[in-house]
Amino acid sequence: MNAPNSNLGATRWIGKRVPRKEDPRLLTGRGQFVDDVTLPGMLHVAFARSPIARGRIVSIDTQVARELPGVHAVLTMADLAARPIKLLSFFFTEAEVPITPLADGHVSYAGEPVVLVAAETRAQAEDAASLVEIEYEELDPVVTIAQAKVAAPIHPGVDSNVAAEIGDEEVEDELEDKLAGSALRLSHRIVHQRISQSPMETRGVLASRDGPEELTLRITCQSPHLVARWVSLALGLPDTAIRVIAKDVGGSFGLKNHPWKEESAVIVAALLMGKPLKWIEDRYEALTASNQAREAEMTLQAGFDAQGRLTGSHGIYDCNNGAFPQGADSNIAVHMFVWAAYRVPAYAFVSRGWYTNTNGLAAYRGPWAMESLVRETMLDRAARQLGIDPIEIRRRNLVYLKDQPMVTSMGIPLDDITPGECLEKLLDHFDMAAFRREQAAARAEGRYLGVGIASYVEPTGSAGSMAPMTGELAQVRIEPTGKVTATLSTHSQGHGTATTMAQCIADRLGVRYEDVTVFEGDSTRGGFSPGAAGSRQGVIAGGAAIRCSEMLADKVRTLAAHLLNASVESVVIDEGTVRVEGAPEMARPLAEIAAIAYGEPDRLPPGFESGLEMQFRYQPPPMTFTSATHLAVVEVDAETGFVKILRWISSEDCGTVINPAVVEGQISGGLAQAIGMVLLEEMPYDARGNPQAATFKDYMLPSISDVPTFEFVHANTPSKSIGGMRGVGEGGAIIGPPTLVNAIADALTPFGELGDVVLPLTPARILDVIEQRDVSGFYAPEPVKVEAAVAEPVAAAPEPVAEAPAVPSAGPEGDWNMVLKTPMGPQAMVAHFDIEGTALSGYLSAPEGRQDFAGGTVEGNRLRFDLKVEKPMKITLKYDLEIGGDSITGKCKMGMFGSAKVTGERA
Amino acid sequence: MSEHAIALTLNGQRRDAVVEARTSLADYLRLDAGCTGVHLGCEHGVCGACTVMVDGRAVRSCLMLAVQADGSTVTTVEGLAAPDGTFHPVQQAMREAHGLQCGFCTPGVLMTFAALTGGEAKASEDSLVSAMSGHICRCTGYQGIRRAAKALAEGTVGAGGAE
Repeated sequence: MNAPNSNLGATRWIGKRVPRKEDPRLLTGRGQFVDDVTLPGMLHVAFARSPIARGRIVSIDTQVARELPGVHAVLTMADLAARPIKLLSFFFTEAEVPITPLADGHVSYAGEPVVLVAAETRAQAEDAASLVEIEYEELDPVVTIAQAKVAAPIHPGVDSNVAAEIGDEEVEDELEDKLAGSALRLSHRIVHQRISQSPMETRGVLASRDGPEELTLRITCQSPHLVARWVSLALGLPDTAIRVIAKDVGGSFGLKNHPWKEESAVIVAALLMGKPLKWIEDRYEALTASNQAREAEMTLQAGFDAQGRLTGSHGIYDCNNGAFPQGADSNIAVHMFVWAAYRVPAYAFVSRGWYTNTNGLAAYRGPWAMESLVRETMLDRAARQLGIDPIEIRRRNLVYLKDQPMVTSMGIPLDDITPGECLEKLLDHFDMAAFRREQAAARAEGRYLGVGIASYVEPTGSAGSMAPMTGELAQVRIEPTGKVTATLSTHSQGHGTATTMAQCIADRLGVRYEDVTVFEGDSTRGGFSPGAAGSRQGVIAGGAAIRCSEMLADKVRTLAAHLLNASVESVVIDEGTVRVEGAPEMARPLAEIAAIAYGEPDRLPPGFESGLEMQFRYQPPPMTFTSATHLAVVEVDAETGFVKILRWISSEDCGTVINPAVVEGQISGGLAQAIGMVLLEEMPYDARGNPQAATFKDYMLPSISDVPTFEFVHANTPSKSIGGMRGVGEGGAIIGPPTLVNAIADALTPFGELGDVVLPLTPARILDVIEQRDVSGFYAPEPVKVEAAVAEPVAAAPEPVAEAPAVPSAGPEGDWNMVLKTPMGPQAMVAHFDIEGTALSGYLSAPEGRQDFAGGTVEGNRLRFDLKVEKPMKITLKYDLEIGGDSITGKCKMGMFGSAKVTGERA
Repeated sequence: MSEHAIALTLNGQRRDAVVEARTSLADYLRLDAGCTGVHLGCEHGVCGACTVMVDGRAVRSCLMLAVQADGSTVTTVEGLAAPDGTFHPVQQAMREAHGLQCGFCTPGVLMTFAALTGGEAKASEDSLVSAMSGHICRCTGYQGIRRAAKALAEGTVGAGGAE
């Protein structure tokens, strides 16, 4: 698959640190971000937002606002309801709780948009929004995960605050025996703070209804194609009617995957008003009202034998989903990957996402990163307790190439991961023995140095198992002028895909990098892909660009061979010149061949399609792993608790490197975000559910003085995908946090064990360890908030009166409408049961298809049956259901993923 | 709202304008003068993306009112390159250093670099890096910006010093 292409000349572009194609316009102020576009007749939008986290809307008075000069419309949800829209998850699934663009009857988080104002200037819109009078009946909010566990549901119509769950509460006997019999059984806990993704360009949209059937959106996003598909599904419009343009995007990091409440409100209002509407979020809104990420807690238990070898492990994960998550999430990936790079005999878990009256959960670079943080910090803690070197404990448990192929305890096949090799390579660049001597000498002087290492693997380039995670498309053409243009399904929010894709094309087509131009950023160009999501573009689109270019090169060679009366095998394209090996006098500029291909059909070989155009959609292997081991050296000031990072080495294996500057740029950006997560960033909420960081003075992003110079060691084991690339988009943000925490914990060992990790590690929290007392105030017992536990649910409509004691109107036979809460969102299906004696058979039917089963059993009201499925992986689903009258409840055990909840009622 | 007549020299050209008292210099530059290279990242003076040069000094245009710029000479990122398109050394340094990814914070970074390297005194690498603590970049981890600062201080822009 990766054999060198025989048409290639000597010039290589893959692997070169070439300057980026994107830079000239961005360096001269000619980038085109959404706020840079102005349309004739355009109005500006501002929102009146809820000042409380939870309550009922008693009244909305818009009259004064409407009378302000320049104001065209002041709209509430009652107005927007004229054009229904369904807010979908990233997986295009509908939410369990209703999510409306503007608050509908009640508010569920502080900052929730309630009223939309459209005016001729932004200032007028903001002035008018401030004049909208909204009266609320305030209710006690549910803010934390701990409160959500005991409080009545925040949303009407659901039975608990569990937004999503997977796994099993009880540790099975076999695993419990392994843990109990271990030389060391360790339980380690991480409390991860809430993060604001904080791209430098805030959210924004410019929506324009162009005629009755055309909608043009300029929106800051991660993929115009994904937004077009999402909006089409959300509005029930054909996606051919929607054009999405996003030329330059000022960062996203998971936040801008798809529109959410405000963007949807603007889109609907633009459809209703027929005027172009622009909304650009300001930073206050971005920090306090945009979706957020990461607030989660995880307790990982593991057993170790006396040599430090893992015997088994169990994880408990809870994640704050906020009120309206962009996909309710219990984060199954945390468990899939927590031990993916390690040999662990058994792992089990339970995982839950919780609804609270806070901003909704959205993605942030490496959304499952908790797994590496909890595992790697636990390994160092275990090593200290066992008296083993942190390097050694990894060597004894990590998967090396010699151990593969193998299957992880979570069923993931591994055949080419290299975290162990990355560790060894890293140690070639760092003299650990010398550092330990330096550390000892420094301690004698009262200076506290520490070193931390962390290893991981990361799933990248995922394709084929989830609706939006498709392959990628490359369309490449040699213009009649001989210059090359390409349209790709990619999108850059700083990723530089126009650069890396041009390198792939130039390399495989045999033309100069300068002669290739890549177009993206418009849903009418290229084909569907989710864009930058899951570290995928370099891997999959790179493969598409390479293969497409090779196919096009073959077409050029076929034509040139015909025109020059040479054999196809002897034709080579190099630096835009078509040569015949052994006959230098026959060299022709590519432009000359191209002009013939388009303009002189009589000279083409029989059956040869005129023009020089090609397209290829690459469907890669389902997953491509990237491996890495990082090392950081820090100094902790024992007086102030201040951490200074002295050195950081990244040893990663991202396969073929298309452009080292782009790869290192991705890793560096992720590492800076990691430093922010460990030391600085935090979006706290007060007890009334108010987000507390409203400016960049409160929400502290890393500055240049917080981030050291990173050193890079590249391993470059080609992957099995075309071109051999592995993704690097998210890795720095995943492996960075444990690397830094481990270095700090190492520095603190003269004072004591860092222990459970509560992020961010502020100077006060570090002084907790140094001074062995509660300097930070975190460990003071918190008063139990009783009011949260007894808070009444906000009822939109009176609860239906419970029916008289359930007398089964019929048996289990027949059709049932069931919902299975899967990790990708609730999945609705129709179950049909047939019964003969105690034998159960039937089928489950969903829009994706119908599956029959037989061999089930009936015992009283209990139904049990198994179903074998192929997607997203081969697995046997074990249903265990109980019928109570006309309702059905129970569990579906999904192999190593644990159990998911089933509910339903008679159809 | 009270309106005020102002006159200023913007990127080498004289401009007359009437602005509301509350209009920030940034909003005037973006909305009235068409300088959309002036980027608003926070509108409260922390991120530095909106930095422009006023009378040769780096200024956060979100914290200055347009009326305060009356009579000034203002340079934005659009005015950095030579009329023939040749990059200013700070642009060249940032390009060679791969100093940007999304490019949103970049105009501010360029203007601070330009203000500090434009005068008679030679800016040291340390002073350029410390000045960068007033600019937030969420993409790059500042690696390329550091390299650009070094190349600008050492005068090696264009000779591969920033790479």
